[in-house]
Amino acid sequence: MSEARSDSVLATRNLVRRFGGIVATNDVTFSLPSGARHALIGPNGAGKTTFVNLLSGVLSPTSGQVFLGGQDVSAWPVYRRARAGLSRTFQINQLFADFTPLETIGLALSEAHAEGAEFWRRAGTSRAVVDEAVAILEQLDLGDVMERRVGSLPYGKQRLLEIAIAVAPRPKVLLLDEPAAGVPEGEREQILEIIEALPKEMALVLIEHDMDLVFRFAKTISVLVQGALFVEGPASEVARDPRVRQVYLGESEVEHHLGAPQGAGKGGAA
Amino acid sequence: MLTVLFDGIAYGMLLFVLAVGLSVTLGLMNFINLAHGAFAMAGGYIAVVLMQRFDLSLFWGLPIAFVVTAAAGAFLERTLYVHLYDKPHLEQVMFTIGLVFMSVAGVDYFMGASPQIVNVPKSLEGNLDLGGFALNKYRLFVIVFCALLTIALQLGLSKTRFGSRLRAAVDDARVARGLGINVTTIFALTFAFGSGLAGLGGALGSAIFSLDPQFPLKFMIYFLVVIAVGGTTTITGPFFASILLGVADVAGKYYTPTIGGHQIQIGGFVIYTIMVLVLIFRPQGLFGRAPGK
Amino acid sequence: MIDTAVHASHGGESRAMAYFRERAKWRWPEVALWVAAFALAFVLPRHALLFNEIVIWALFALSLDIVLGYAGIVSLGHGAFFGLGAYVAGLLAKAGAGAGLLSDPTFGLLASAIVCGIVGYITSFLVLRGADLTRLMVTLGVALIFGELANRMAWLTGGADGLQGVMPGKILGVVEFNFMHPEYAYLYSLSVLFVLFIVARKVIHSPFGVSLRAIKGNALRAGAIGINVNRRLNGAYTMGAAYAGVAGALLAQTTAFVSLDVLDFHRSADVMLIVIFGGVGTLYGAIVGAAAFKVLYDLLAAATPQYWPFWLGLILVLLVLFVRGGIMGLLTSVYARLTGKGDAA
Repeated sequence: MSEARSDSVLATRNLVRRFGGIVATNDVTFSLPSGARHALIGPNGAGKTTFVNLLSGVLSPTSGQVFLGGQDVSAWPVYRRARAGLSRTFQINQLFADFTPLETIGLALSEAHAEGAEFWRRAGTSRAVVDEAVAILEQLDLGDVMERRVGSLPYGKQRLLEIAIAVAPRPKVLLLDEPAAGVPEGEREQILEIIEALPKEMALVLIEHDMDLVFRFAKTISVLVQGALFVEGPASEVARDPRVRQVYLGESEVEHHLGAPQGAGKGGAA
Repeated sequence: MLTVLFDGIAYGMLLFVLAVGLSVTLGLMNFINLAHGAFAMAGGYIAVVLMQRFDLSLFWGLPIAFVVTAAAGAFLERTLYVHLYDKPHLEQVMFTIGLVFMSVAGVDYFMGASPQIVNVPKSLEGNLDLGGFALNKYRLFVIVFCALLTIALQLGLSKTRFGSRLRAAVDDARVARGLGINVTTIFALTFAFGSGLAGLGGALGSAIFSLDPQFPLKFMIYFLVVIAVGGTTTITGPFFASILLGVADVAGKYYTPTIGGHQIQIGGFVIYTIMVLVLIFRPQGLFGRAPGK
Repeated sequence: MIDTAVHASHGGESRAMAYFRERAKWRWPEVALWVAAFALAFVLPRHALLFNEIVIWALFALSLDIVLGYAGIVSLGHGAFFGLGAYVAGLLAKAGAGAGLLSDPTFGLLASAIVCGIVGYITSFLVLRGADLTRLMVTLGVALIFGELANRMAWLTGGADGLQGVMPGKILGVVEFNFMHPEYAYLYSLSVLFVLFIVARKVIHSPFGVSLRAIKGNALRAGAIGINVNRRLNGAYTMGAAYAGVAGALLAQTTAFVSLDVLDFHRSADVMLIVIFGGVGTLYGAIVGAAAFKVLYDLLAAATPQYWPFWLGLILVLLVLFVRGGIMGLLTSVYARLTGKGDAA
């Protein structure tokens, strides 16, 4: 799993990222197959967000490479990777506050259909794009607010839109950065269901602190500690691994899910 | 040639004292204060008024200008500027330009539009003869005074506790706050100090450049060039940028090379071109920190 | 799950398309504004010179609104393109000596647009490097360099005396400027403004225009959905430069004169004030702002000729502190209340 395979949709090789004297990402080699359900976990400050930023192109590597579908994209800017099928959600919502959800998804789709640079035709005249936008919004429970200003929507709906905008272009790889962060208790289940219902061919990487989410959803897990890949493998194995437990020592929220010989799952050691 | 260098350095050091407050303010709070020049102007006029109405020498004028403009800066920051920190840069630009226009008109009204004639103190009149070179005493005084000031600033920044807090806050305000550093207070103090320095520079320079109500507009561009070229993360950056600019500006006024039979006046052209060229190749300035990517 | 074969609510789709159509529709106040503007030529021909000036400022402000309000680029040097356009048109009219293609004002407009568009395109690469302050400095620096160049190339530009011998020919070889009837010039400028406004309106409502607003709102997210941010901004800046050039050309042609003050920093500052006053990112703000500015300026300058900058400064300060969205912001909220439209964006 740690070698770049020919069927991997997303991979890195010896990826390193330094900030001054600090090594935030330490020689990470990683490979994601098509249809993966992968979680990236690690204690605070482990470098998870830096790693995701390296994958999506927000940061460029100090050394090492990033591959998308076998192609070396290490020098590619964010938009180019997005067009090649890499999508992400951000930990803090990155939305267009003055747009409506309809405009937002319409824009995402028209870019995906390579119509985004058209400067004469009125936006919203492409039936295919508009229909698809409405369908996506309705399936993500945004149908009732699609003509309201995004900035005025409640946080839960904004979070749904954050996911919608990432999945609308039907990416090959989706990076979800703490998708349930800050979502009120009653609405979390909805987010989890949406993630579970994503297309099987789409490779998902979930960065999470919430072990409920991780063990419910992930088939494989990588543990990142101080920027380096610490442990990697099927979810059940990682959960049992005593070294992982040690890394999380003191983080009782997490411990509670680990260490049970029967392995992962909502039951765990609870 | 040496005169050009000498004058240029004096001019550059003056520019530095004038602009350093603006640079730190921008680096610290990401706040574009185009009204900085107004403080310099105020300092200059304070010194003038003290000399003309109260017969006080420039040596008194300097510290008084510093204190008064620092106080004015502190007042302005707490009452008006504090509302603008979260506003987009465009609004900060417009607001501070508005303040400049108001101050320009105000000074025009009270002091008249013609340039003020400032006489250097008797003790600094004339030239000093150093090994065959005639060095203007006042400019020499400016160089020495500003150099000492710069050293004091650099020491203050690197050796004092306030200095290290300030550097931390410039580096990353959010992290600094997390470490318990009171960024708001630091900013207020720094802003006041920077404004005071501008006033001091204005008073000091009133005998070298012409002091009239249009001063903030004319010099604002120079300050911005200093910052754009020198960056906002250190004070050595703006220092060298100021010297560079000072020499270039003075040289531009003295030299009129002949190209193709026509005499070319260089003048302000040099400054703008240098700046644009620098920014093309290094958008963060010659000494600034590279954008984090 | 994301399967568009499932049409949950058929009525929803056509409603969505109608939503987009509704947003771009011409509203009656807009139509009324343009009709009134054209009517002014016949109703108040005495003030045609003033109206002409307003229209030229409006086009200039419109060009800056594209750059500032839609592309989000803070430019303190947009006057460079205005001045460049003025000189291009002026020099062409002079070269043509009142006859032939060179002197045809429409040719002059086209030439100014193209020249300024090219220069704008090239400068846009410089402008897009670096953050806000750097952009400010680069735009300002470029404008100042242009000003110096114009000053030093007095053999071409006429220097401080201005460009002499500017003789605009017949528009399209047919209609002649007549200085006894300044309303002809006004109608000419107004027609140009109208056409360019419609073009700008179309562009703003196109996918490209929407992506500009997205970039301005959240450039990070825009990149993440596949938008080549810099390329789009290059386009917007180029368009803004071309428009500014046409505005300058109109000035040269309708006044038959070009002086160095077309490249003055004051112009760049004034036009920014107009855009903010009128309402950034609204297109109409440029027109409304220009009218309000000119009227206010004339009133204040007449009352206190020497201290006019004080009032200008005060207006700027108050605008930033209290007025969000300028005049258009005010008008649209009034309109919304009158027509009962609620929280729609």
